[in-house]
This record gives sequence, structure tokens and C-alpha cells, in this order.
Amino acid sequence: QATWCVLPSRVLLVLTSQKGIQMYESDGSVMVYWHALDIAEHPPAQAVFARGIAAAGGRFICVGTSSGLVLVFDIPHKGTNVTVSEVLEEHHDAITDIAAELGQAPDGAGDLVTADDAGTLCVWSSGEEFTLLNKIPAFGCTCSSVKLWNGIVAAGYGNGQIRLYEAATGVLRAEVSAHARWIYALDLAPLTGKLLSGAEDSFVHVWKLSRNPDTDDVEIEHCHAECVTDTQICGARFCDPEGCSFAVTGYDLSEIFRYSQ
Amino acid sequence: ATRPLPLLFLNLGGEMLYILDQRLRAQSIPGEKARKDEWTDVDRKRVMNDIITTMFNKKFMEELFKPQELYSKKALRTVYDRLAHASIMRLNQASMDKLYDLMTMAFKYQVLLCPRPKDILLVTFNHLDAIKDFVRDSPGILNQVDETFRQLIEMYGCLSAGEFQLIRQTLLIFFQDMHIRVSIFLKDKVQNSNGRFVLPISGPVPWGTEVPGLIRMFNHNGDEVKRTQFTTDGNYIIPQREGSFELYGDRVLKLGTNMYSVSRPVETHMSGSSKNLAPHAKENIAPNPHAKEELNFLARLLGGLEIKKPGGSETGFQLNLFTTDEEEEQAALTRPEELSYKVVNIEATQEPGRQAELARILEELEVAEPRPASSDKGEDLLALMDGL
Repeated sequence: QATWCVLPSRVLLVLTSQKGIQMYESDGSVMVYWHALDIAEHPPAQAVFARGIAAAGGRFICVGTSSGLVLVFDIPHKGTNVTVSEVLEEHHDAITDIAAELGQAPDGAGDLVTADDAGTLCVWSSGEEFTLLNKIPAFGCTCSSVKLWNGIVAAGYGNGQIRLYEAATGVLRAEVSAHARWIYALDLAPLTGKLLSGAEDSFVHVWKLSRNPDTDDVEIEHCHAECVTDTQICGARFCDPEGCSFAVTGYDLSEIFRYSQ
Repeated sequence: ATRPLPLLFLNLGGEMLYILDQRLRAQSIPGEKARKDEWTDVDRKRVMNDIITTMFNKKFMEELFKPQELYSKKALRTVYDRLAHASIMRLNQASMDKLYDLMTMAFKYQVLLCPRPKDILLVTFNHLDAIKDFVRDSPGILNQVDETFRQLIEMYGCLSAGEFQLIRQTLLIFFQDMHIRVSIFLKDKVQNSNGRFVLPISGPVPWGTEVPGLIRMFNHNGDEVKRTQFTTDGNYIIPQREGSFELYGDRVLKLGTNMYSVSRPVETHMSGSSKNLAPHAKENIAPNPHAKEELNFLARLLGGLEIKKPGGSETGFQLNLFTTDEEEEQAALTRPEELSYKVVNIEATQEPGRQAELARILEELEVAEPRPASSDKGEDLLALMDGL
């Protein structure tokens, strides 16, 4: 995996693989930090890898591992003195995705979500010591990707479902039978609350998240669908913070397709 | 990833057996009428039995199920090369190339179209069910296959969807960028003329998935307060039942069952779309950094294959995967360089001990046949592999 981690002082490019975690300066020129995965932590004959990357709390970069541990790295304003500040031990299954709050969190909603192979979601509040605010139990399906916006957790699952949860309470707020196959990617445009989902069924959907100001209920509506013929979507990302355009990649595809309004 | 190799090997092996069975039937002559060098039904059954016995022998299976990486297509092909020659049957390079192309494209298709990641196990069971049917008259071999079946259930039965998806992704990476056109796929409209597979947006959804369309919203008490629908071009239906993961049972899924029959012969097209192959074509020339591990892997696996040599007076029977000998020759001459399965430069391995051991194993496996090239045996490892 590869993710830009945007912190107030710097932007780092973080890569995860089966060997470990690498962090580069944003122009790719210098490797700032290398963290090798500890094989001993994993049961023998099991896959070892890092997966799930997010910048949190204006100071940390969190990376998940196949053992379920989440490594929290403390990033200095500049230089290479990156240290492991904490190891979060709530998940028992391989981490699939990690997301930081992209908008404004309401009180008590936390600013980080971690997801795993079993489908369990954990909501955290970042800081010198991370606090677990909520643990949302799995319902029997892998949560493959997750996003957090204005206190709403958007989770995509291996059975094609998208679920929205209240980050502060863990309550289920919406259930969408969104795709006919495994959801690979979710992205969120923070200025409008648009949600993008891409799956193996060849479809990319654009949704709109909002909160009803009177009832405080979470709402989701379907905006648009694109079918990328004969392609299993592997990646989908908005190209701008309003969500007016998005890019899509797929298996066996050497091109990136870009769609815009 | 958690052991993709046994699944890869067994499914490719299953496809190989489907194809060989079809070609042997197509080329067979009724017993009384056959000349000494022509195939009969008895020969066909014998070849199938010999190959299946070799595939499922205990020592080989033990090696296969050990935790290890997936190696290159070329390394794996050497094992199938050996397996295909486990009996009185002989295949020329061109026919062997075609066989491997068909096997890999078929399994690639099955992996890609698996509705759920776990369904890859059902595909494997479909292949094993068919293999058991091939040897239904031989209880000894049947037991071996059942034993492997049980091992699979034990090893993969409890994996989570996420773990299966990781295996599936590993397999898909193994097959990435392969776009060989297969005539039977093109005819059935399962493959496009550019070599890519058709992904239908209709039909049953996977077991455990709902038909897309419904949006439900809840208040903070958990009560449903709103329900809406959205539509797409997709046209999905609910599946009737789930396939069985037991030793015996209806798998429901058709992927992995035998799609060949005597009336539907198979041809592959070495397509002129070589520009699509360009990004990976150059990889063939660079030295392989994993050469050493690959040779170790091959030595272990090939060492586990206990091949019975044909009796002194028997000579090999030639099987042609093409319709005529001329076609086979033509295919050999016109095969694009990028699609060559020749073993790459293994200069990277300078370890004489390992080289010698592999040379010894390969020597043991040699068949008593005049070899076309006059290269010195035992000296050049590359030549030995080529001579298989």
C-alpha cells in the first residue's frame, strides 16, 4: 500500500509491504524511516505484512499489521527521529484499513478508526496515549475499507455492504446493499461528504452523506454509478476535496481511468 | 500469504487432466482396430491413472503442503512437464506449451470469477471430485485423493474471508497480464477478443451478499426510519443454496468442472497483440533473484515425484494437442518470444552442491529416448531443464 500522510509540519509518503514499513519525504528523495516487521510476533506459517495507514492527531502515523497490532509512530517536525510511541492491541485479526477524521468530529467521537479481517471496528481518540472509545463488533464479514467524517464511520465490507456508524456511540445508522461483490475501496470528499465505493463487481458508486439538522439522523443517498466493463475495481479515489472527479484502477489494468462531472 | 501453492497446484493439475483426457479420447482408436502406435481406451485410462497416482503420492503432497512462497510460472511448469510424462505418453514442446497455456488461463478465469473468496475451495473440490471420477475403478488411488481432500478441508476449512481473499489476490498476481486467447472461451463469450475475461453484471449474487439496491437508515435508538432504493445496470438475483465444503456434496458452483468434451476441441491463439505484453516481456532476460529458492523448491518437489519408468520394451506414445502434426510444428515456430516458457538464465545460482543435486534428480527422471540436441549431459543445468 502507499499513502500520503499529511501532517501540519510535513508530508510523508508511507509504504507498507510484507517486509515492513517505509516512510519517505514527499518527493520520494530520501527514506526517512524503515520499520521491519517482527516475525516472532506472528504465529508460524501465517502471512506477515503491514496494511492500513493513516496520519492522526497532527503528530502521529498509524500503521496496521497482519497480527492485529496497530503501530503508532511519533513523527518529528523534520528529520528522521521517528519513534514507536505506542502499540494498540485491541484487534485479534489482521488489520485491513485505518482512517482518521477528515472533517470536524463532534464531542466524544474520536479521531481514528481501525478495521480488521473479522469485521471489528475500533474508534480511538489520539494523543500521547490513545484511548479506545468504542469497539463495534463484527457481524460476520470482513471490513475491507473504512472512512471517518464528521463523526460518521463509513465501512465497506467483503459482502458488498456499506454501513454507517455513529463514531461516538457505535450505533448503526445506515445499511446499504451497495455492491454485488467484495468492496475494495472507499474514499470520502471532506468538503461535501461525498463517498466513493469501488468493488469487484465492476461498479463504482458515488454517495452523499449528510446529517439531518433537526433529527441528527445520518442520511445517505445514491448520486451516481459507473460500470467499468469487465474490470474488477481495486482502487478508487476522489481527485479533489469536493468530489467532482475520481480515478479508478483495476486488476490486469495498466491504465487509470478518470471520471469527472 | 497463507499457502496458496496447494490450491494452485491441484487446480492447475485438474485442468491438465481435463485437457489430456479430452485429447486422448479424441485421438483414441477402438482396441481391436488400433495399430501398435495408436491410442486405445485402455491406454487412456492407464495414462490418467499413472498421472493421478504420481500427483497424489504421499511424499509429494507432504512437500506441497509445506509453508512456502509461490514461485514463477516457469518453475511450476517444470513440475507439470514431469507430471505429464509420468506415463507412456509423450508431448512435444509445442504441445506442452499449449497445455500449460490452457491450464493457466482456465484457472485464472476460475479464480477471477469466484463469487466469494472462499469459493476458491469449491473450485478446488470440483476438480478433485472429477479426479476421483477418473480413478473410480482404482480404490488405492481413490484413497490417496481422499486423503488430500481431507488435508485441504483441515488446512483451509476454517480460514476467514479475509484470509481467502489474500490467497485469491496472491493467485491473481501470479496470473496478472496473461491474456492468451482460448478458442473455447471465445466461442462461449466468456473471453473478449482482446484476451480479457467477461465479467457479467447479472446472475446470482454470492452467498451472503444481498442484491444491490436497498438503503436503510436508523435513528439513534436503532429503529429503521427511512428506506430508499437505487438502481443500476446490473441485474442480480438471489442464489438458491450454498455449495458443500464436505468430502462429498453438491458444490453448486460450476467453476472448476470439466468444460471440454470430444466435440469441443481447444485451440489457443498466440495473439498479435504483443504490444500489450511489452511491459513484462523484458523481465525474461534479467537474472532471477529468486533463482536459488526456485531451484530448491523444484528439487524438493521433483524429488517427491516417484515416477515409474516404462518397461524396457515399451516406447512412448506421442500425444498431440493440435489437430495435425503440421499445426504443432507451425505453433512451435511461431510462438512469440514473450510467451516462451524456456527456463531463464540461472547464473545467479553458483552453488555447486545444489546444482549437482538437481542435476542428479533430473538425470534420474530422464526417459530413454534419443535426444534432439547433442549437448553434454550433466554439465549445463540449463540444457538439462530444456531437455525435459
